[in-house]
Amino acid sequence: MQPRRLIVEWLAQDRGGHLLLLFVLAAAVLVPICNLAVPADSPLHVSTYTVTLLGKYLCFALLAIALDLVWGYCGILSLGHGAFFALGGYAMGMYLMRQIGDRGVYGNADLPDFMVFLDWKELPWYWYGFDEFWFAALMVMVVPGLLAFVFGWLAFRSRVTGVYLSIITQALTYALMLAFFRNEMGFGGNNGLTDFKDILGYNLQSDATRIGLFLASAIALVLGYLLARYVVRSKLGRVVIAIRDAEARARFVGYKVEHYKLWVFVLSAVLAGIAGALYVPQVGIINPSEFSPLNSIELVVWVAIGGRGTLYGAVVGALLVNYAKTYFTGALPEVWLFALGALFVVVTLFLPKGLAGVVTLWRQRRGRRREAPA
Amino acid sequence: MKALDGLRATMRRDRVFDVVNHGRRPVRPGELDTRHGPILYLEEVTVSFDGFKALNDLTLYIDDGELRCIIGPNGAGKTTMMDVITGKTRPDTGTVYFGQTLDLTRMSEHEIAGAGIGRKFQKPTVFPEHSVFENLELAMQADKRVWPTLVARLSGEQGDRIDEVMHTIMLTEHGPTRAAQLSHGQKQWLEIGMLLMQNPRLLLVDEPVAGMTHQEIERTAELLNGLAGKHSVVVVEHDMEFVRSIARTVTVLHEGHVLAEGDMDEVQNHPRVIEVYLGE
Ligand SMILES: Nc1ncnc2c1ncn2[C@@H]1O[C@H](COP(=O)(O)OP(=O)(O)OP(=O)(O)O)[C@@H](O)[C@H]1O
Ligand SMILES: [Mg+2]
Repeated sequence: MQPRRLIVEWLAQDRGGHLLLLFVLAAAVLVPICNLAVPADSPLHVSTYTVTLLGKYLCFALLAIALDLVWGYCGILSLGHGAFFALGGYAMGMYLMRQIGDRGVYGNADLPDFMVFLDWKELPWYWYGFDEFWFAALMVMVVPGLLAFVFGWLAFRSRVTGVYLSIITQALTYALMLAFFRNEMGFGGNNGLTDFKDILGYNLQSDATRIGLFLASAIALVLGYLLARYVVRSKLGRVVIAIRDAEARARFVGYKVEHYKLWVFVLSAVLAGIAGALYVPQVGIINPSEFSPLNSIELVVWVAIGGRGTLYGAVVGALLVNYAKTYFTGALPEVWLFALGALFVVVTLFLPKGLAGVVTLWRQRRGRRREAPA
Repeated sequence: MKALDGLRATMRRDRVFDVVNHGRRPVRPGELDTRHGPILYLEEVTVSFDGFKALNDLTLYIDDGELRCIIGPNGAGKTTMMDVITGKTRPDTGTVYFGQTLDLTRMSEHEIAGAGIGRKFQKPTVFPEHSVFENLELAMQADKRVWPTLVARLSGEQGDRIDEVMHTIMLTEHGPTRAAQLSHGQKQWLEIGMLLMQNPRLLLVDEPVAGMTHQEIERTAELLNGLAGKHSVVVVEHDMEFVRSIARTVTVLHEGHVLAEGDMDEVQNHPRVIEVYLGE
């Protein structure tokens, strides 16, 4: 019986992923049609506002996958993953700033508006290269990846784990927030980077560009999901879970635990950076509040609600909670934070494996019932 | 450091023999050398926790291929000794050598594991969410660096080896079972199986029969007896009957120090041992 149950569990996991990918691909086909081809007065029409909203959700879903890799699979509860998302966003924002060229308020082709305002004479060195899309795209991955590498190398090597690690990750994102608030940093201070005009020559305000960004987010999510799935299904994935469940045993079996943690942490940061980079052109702004510790905590809540340790669970959590957030902040704004808190408490107390855990349990029950008469 | 180590190796009293004996191939550093008999040397090892000496001037040798039982009252330092050998705890003083060339006090846990020392913990620790098969797969001797592990595929030969070990530890039917669902005794066997997958030269087994049924204890004794010879095995155990059934040489540890050593009868009739055990 046990092997069969294991296989049922297995399929249940796979099935979740398949359904999810199907759903995303269907959205990727239908949303553009309903936005561009269906007339605005039809009930089937999807407004550009909604397209952008959906695109944002997809970015959050990718971010949730990134967190799930480190938390759900490797057991590292990062409370600062928003930092990698924000850094990816800033890298993209810098490119978009450079694309403004002389169309800014001050009409200065060499310097972004906020630098002119600060009376800076020349572009700081770390802005070099961001005129080029390929360079920015590279930095979207390199900057969060590098930070994760340095941070993880120090933390994992000194065997910081559990609550302590969570606290330092939180401190990391908080420190970055304070730093990015400062004008001298050269990232626009508390206003951040905004007033973007176009991306790769396409007007950011046009419906077609919005659809393009939505599609890019959908593709990134699908690819990110497949990559994460490949990783967790590989032997490396099994080692990572082993480290989560019995770190000392993994060490004595001969795995260099720090290296594995570091690898997953960096991969996760890179995915988070990509999510942030896709997010920024859709919302049209990136500012230090993206580093806010609260954002990172919300992200943990998405994954907890969806079900950590199942990739599709993380995605479902991100989509559902963000949809609920949009709804509540529109209808009953003062209720939202309480609702989120309550949801988190309920899930941790009663559904430790999140919604995905409920699905698995349900499938197991059904599987057993079907077995019983046989 | 390398040179210093080399120098130290040649300065050791028991290595002078090598230099004199020209005909033999010198042992390269980093290679296990057991030509003088012992596979493990602990000499004058002391470990203290906040002034309390868990190991106190402990000296112990384990021969290659030997099955050694270590007994001693609670808190005697048995687990601490294993911690020292596997690199989990660093001794304050003393030397710990694996063969004649590998200084275990300078190696990290995974290096020690790689050099051929496997360990079963006092509390059975397997990977609960993985199946029996996967547990053995993860323990298998292989390139354990990150990138090779990402792309690793199980070869037929490796699969056979896993099946063989599953047979040895009597879990053949449980290949796909999640380890968390195994009985306590089966978990202990699985853990021993995981050690075997690493092809260790030396197995350290901490309380293998704790919580086992009588039948399981007998089968465990058979299992460990079958391993001696091919591997050196050090077993820590409280269960006297079990120790009697597997022991050739028994070492009694007390307050971090060797109290007596010999075969089971000698040890049981040793006055100090009787005093310590009955005095409790
Ligand atoms: N990390 C530690 N910090 C402080 N004291 C410790 C530590 N580890 C072990 N000790 C102490 O060292 C002594 C030896 O412990 P150890 O676990 O080696 O005993 P043991 O012989 O394995 O006992 P048991 O039969 O109960 O397993 C005990 O008194 C224990 O309390
Ligand atoms: Mg012990």
